[in-house]
Amino acid sequence: MTDKLHIQTTINGEEVEFLAAPGQSLLAALRDDLGLTGSKEGCNNGNCGACNVILDGALVNACCVLAPEVNGKQLVTIEGVADGANLHPLQQAFLEHAALQCGICTPGFIVAAKALLEAEPNADEDRIRHWLAGNLCRCTGYDKIVRAVLDGADRMRAATAAS
Amino acid sequence: MQARAYAAPPTLDDALALLAEHGADARVLAGGTDLIIQVRENRRDVGVMVDVKAIRELTEFTFLADGSLRIGAATPCARIYGDSQVARRFPAIIDSASLIGGVQIQSRASLGGNLCNSSPAADSIPTLIALGAIAEIRSKRQEREVLVEAFCTGPGQNVLAADELLVALRIPAPAAHSGAAFQRFIPRNEMDISVTNAAANVTLSADGQTFTAARIAIGAVAPTPLLVPAAGAALVGQPVGEAAIEAAAAASRAAARPITDMRGSADQRRHLAGVLTARVLRTAIERARAS
Repeated sequence: MTDKLHIQTTINGEEVEFLAAPGQSLLAALRDDLGLTGSKEGCNNGNCGACNVILDGALVNACCVLAPEVNGKQLVTIEGVADGANLHPLQQAFLEHAALQCGICTPGFIVAAKALLEAEPNADEDRIRHWLAGNLCRCTGYDKIVRAVLDGADRMRAATAAS
Repeated sequence: MQARAYAAPPTLDDALALLAEHGADARVLAGGTDLIIQVRENRRDVGVMVDVKAIRELTEFTFLADGSLRIGAATPCARIYGDSQVARRFPAIIDSASLIGGVQIQSRASLGGNLCNSSPAADSIPTLIALGAIAEIRSKRQEREVLVEAFCTGPGQNVLAADELLVALRIPAPAAHSGAAFQRFIPRNEMDISVTNAAANVTLSADGQTFTAARIAIGAVAPTPLLVPAAGAALVGQPVGEAAIEAAAAASRAAARPITDMRGSADQRRHLAGVLTARVLRTAIERARAS
């Protein structure tokens, strides 16, 4: 018999409370208990990046975090990337470049790219490719993804310059 | 088997009390990049997860008055390699910390966790050994220090008793005219486990022409990462150059006791131990001369 823990956290700007089993992964809590199924389960062992979320500003694999660990922390998931009905520039770029096929890896790539470009708006292709080494795509061959991220970076810089 | 309980003690004393109470049923959780997967895949049973990341002492690093660096055992790699002072004074630590996994792993994984996981192929342990790092260990019973080269006792095994906690790693101040470096061989550019790895830490004479001290460590070629005293001895007193480097590389090849597995053959690993020893020595020499 295990006692569940009461967890209070902030997800995409909203305060959320939930009950977590002591050994439950953050990914399982997001998908199974909180209805946030945008983060995907790929490998479930920290290799593929499909479950990437931003935890207190750091990019992490939600499968390698225990749900109780997020008590009092700030989380951003793929569901928090778009601004309401307006897609994030990275999401728009992924669409226009057709930088996906099956789509399982896409939320992780977008969250990972967002984490990079918010910290380093001028990241070049080499930096982007190395940063995305922890995100696996078995469909596209990566080239379209990298081009979409470079284009998304252009759009993010333009939006910053215009504001 | 999932953990029955999770605790995030706010102080070191609270953590030590939990470890004393639960003994082998408890396990210390730092970045979780090894432990959470091992538990999920039923490779390890853990009753009580003791998350130590709320304890300040374990998640900070500080430069001490004598120039040594004390790294809290659970400090994430990304925090370490993001620090310009660590990068300038301890570039070999950056070599290791910046290639353990991808960024998602580096934002959680710690040098202390890498050491306690005690993989023969761990990417930070040869660096810590070459730098002469000391493990600061605490329990309710006692406080002790163990040289990192004596910490691991076998694959996944180490000197920690069930109630003991690795609190910090202390890395001595670099000597004048010294330099250190780490490299690994993997079949791709990122995100892989070392086939073989190596670290070197050399001190040169003031004119940069003679080795006055040297420590070489190699990994993934024995049940634990190895300090190779014979490689260091092959360098000390010798003129800096390819002859001495090759002698040290030969000593590393001789010290390697590798196995053949899916990542590489014993012969390839023995060969790589020499190649990587030579390469890290060349980088360490460059860094020593630039220091």
